[in-house]
Amino acid sequence: MAFDKMELKDVEVWDGNYAAAQALRQAQVDVVAAYPITPSTPIVEGYAKFTADGYVEGEFVMVESEHAAMSACIGAAAAGGRVATATSSQGYALMVETLYQASGMRLPIVLNVVNRALAAPLNVNGDHSDMYLGRDSGWIQLDAFSPQEAYDLNLIAFKVCEDHEIRLPCMVHQDGFMTSHTAQGVNTLSDDAAYGFVGEYKPMNDMLDFEHPVTHGVQTEEDWHFEHKARQHNDLMTKVIPKIQAAFNDFEKLSGRKYNIVERYDMDDADVCVVCMGTSVETAREVALEMRAKGIKAGVVGLRVIRPFPFFEIAEALRGVKSIAVLDRSSPNGAAGMLFNEIAGALYNADTKALLSGYIYGLGGRDLTKKHLVDLFNELQANADAGKVTTKLQQFIGVRGPKLAYL
Amino acid sequence: MAKKGWDEFEIGAMLRTFDGKIDDIAGTRQEDRAYSQNSSYTASVSDWRLIKPVFNKDYCIDCQFCWVYCPDVSIISRDKKLVGVDMDHCKGCGICVEVCPTNPKSLLMFPEQAEEETVIANWPKKDEEEA
Repeated sequence: MAFDKMELKDVEVWDGNYAAAQALRQAQVDVVAAYPITPSTPIVEGYAKFTADGYVEGEFVMVESEHAAMSACIGAAAAGGRVATATSSQGYALMVETLYQASGMRLPIVLNVVNRALAAPLNVNGDHSDMYLGRDSGWIQLDAFSPQEAYDLNLIAFKVCEDHEIRLPCMVHQDGFMTSHTAQGVNTLSDDAAYGFVGEYKPMNDMLDFEHPVTHGVQTEEDWHFEHKARQHNDLMTKVIPKIQAAFNDFEKLSGRKYNIVERYDMDDADVCVVCMGTSVETAREVALEMRAKGIKAGVVGLRVIRPFPFFEIAEALRGVKSIAVLDRSSPNGAAGMLFNEIAGALYNADTKALLSGYIYGLGGRDLTKKHLVDLFNELQANADAGKVTTKLQQFIGVRGPKLAYL
Repeated sequence: MAKKGWDEFEIGAMLRTFDGKIDDIAGTRQEDRAYSQNSSYTASVSDWRLIKPVFNKDYCIDCQFCWVYCPDVSIISRDKKLVGVDMDHCKGCGICVEVCPTNPKSLLMFPEQAEEETVIANWPKKDEEEA
C-alpha cells in the first residue's frame, strides 16, 4: 500500500486524543468523516494530518454536522470500508439518531467518545452524560481510564466489532480533558504489530461487491422489525463478551498488557468497595490503598465494558463485599443512577447480602478528590459495621449548598 | 415471503437484489435476471395507481422519451421500440404522457378500469391548431 510507516519509541508521551489518533493510523482506517467538537477534536485532526502526510491510505471527509458525520461513516461502512470517527457531548447528542442506524445495520464503525457534559448550562468538561445517552443504542461501549488504555482499546475495538460473528459498532470512551488532554507515557506497538493484531478489513455485504448487489437501510414494519431487534440484542447478550475476552487475551500475548471485562483492584478480601468508570477509577485505586494502610479493607471495581453490560462478571467481582458504593457521573434527572440500577439488578438475585448505595459526582468536570473518596470509604465502612445503609440510597458528592440525599 | 424466525436471516436488515452471483447485469434483460424475492421487481405495486397510461402504437415514433423519463423504469423498450408498460410497477404519474411529442400523443392517461380496446378505438384525432 502507498503509505509511509512511522517509527515510534517504545514509550511515547501522548495524551488520550493523540493515542487514539495513532491507533486509527495504525489500523489504517479507510474513512473518517467528522465534525470536530471539544474535547475530541484532536483525534480526527490527528487522523487528517496523518492522511495528508501520507501515513494513512484513507480519506478524511469534512462534513456539516455530527449527524452528517455518522451518516457518512454509515455510508462508507456499508460500502465496505474500515471506518472510524470521534465526537463529544452536544455532537454526540446530535449523532444519536444515526447511532441506532449504524448498529441496526450491523456496521462495525469505531466511535471515539471523549466524554463531556451535556448542556444546559453549556460546559466543555468531562462527565459521563454523553456516554450514558448512547447506552441503549445497540453499540458496544468500552471505557478507557488513561491514554494508554485509549490507545489499546481502539485497536481492540476494531478487532472485536469487525468480526463477522459480531458486526456491531463500538464506542471507545475516555474522559474529556482528564484523559484526552493529559499527556502520559504510552507503551506503543510497532505499526506492523498493531496492524497485524487488528487484521486486514474483511468486508461483509458491502455495496461495492457488484457481483452481489445489496440494499442497505431497509424498512421493516410490525412483521419483521421485532425479529431484527431481537437478533441484535441476542448477539450483544451472547456473542460480544466472549469475543472481547478473546481479544483481550490476544492483546495480552502481544503487548503484555492485561485487560478484563470488569477490572478489579484489591478486591480479593475487600469489605468495602467503590464501583466507578473513567479516570475516577485511578483516583479510587490510590485512595483504596491508603485506606488499607488505615485498616479498612477497601477495593475498587472499574467497568471496562459498559455495553453489553457485564451482568455476571460484575456480580462475581462483588461477591463477598459487605458494602458497595456505585458512582454515577451523570445526572439521573429523576431516577437512581444508571450504574446503580444496573448493579442493583445484577446483584438482586445473586447470593449476596451486600449493602448498596449510590452517589452522583463530578458533573461538568467537577473534581472527585481523594478527600471525597476517603470520606466515602469511611461511610461504606460505617454501613458495613452497622449492617445497614446508614444514609439515603442516593447522595451527591462535591456539590455546594445544602446536602442532597434521596431515596 | 415466509415468516422466518429472528435467527433465520442474514444480519443487518440487508436485502439481496439477486439470488446468487451476477455478472453482465447491464447486458441482461429484466425478465432474464435472477431477481430475489426481496427485489421490488418481484413485488407488484399496481394498487398504488389511480389512473393508468394506455399506449397506442399507431402514433409512436419510438423516440424513447417516455423510456428515458419514466421514474420507475416502467416503460418496456426492446430494440429501441416501445412494446408496452410494466403495469406491476407503473404508479400512474403521467410523465410519459407529458413528454410524448407525437400528435396525437401515443400515450394517454385513463381511469384504471377503462378498457384498452375501447379507448384506443376512440383515440383523439390530430390537433391541427397545435401542429
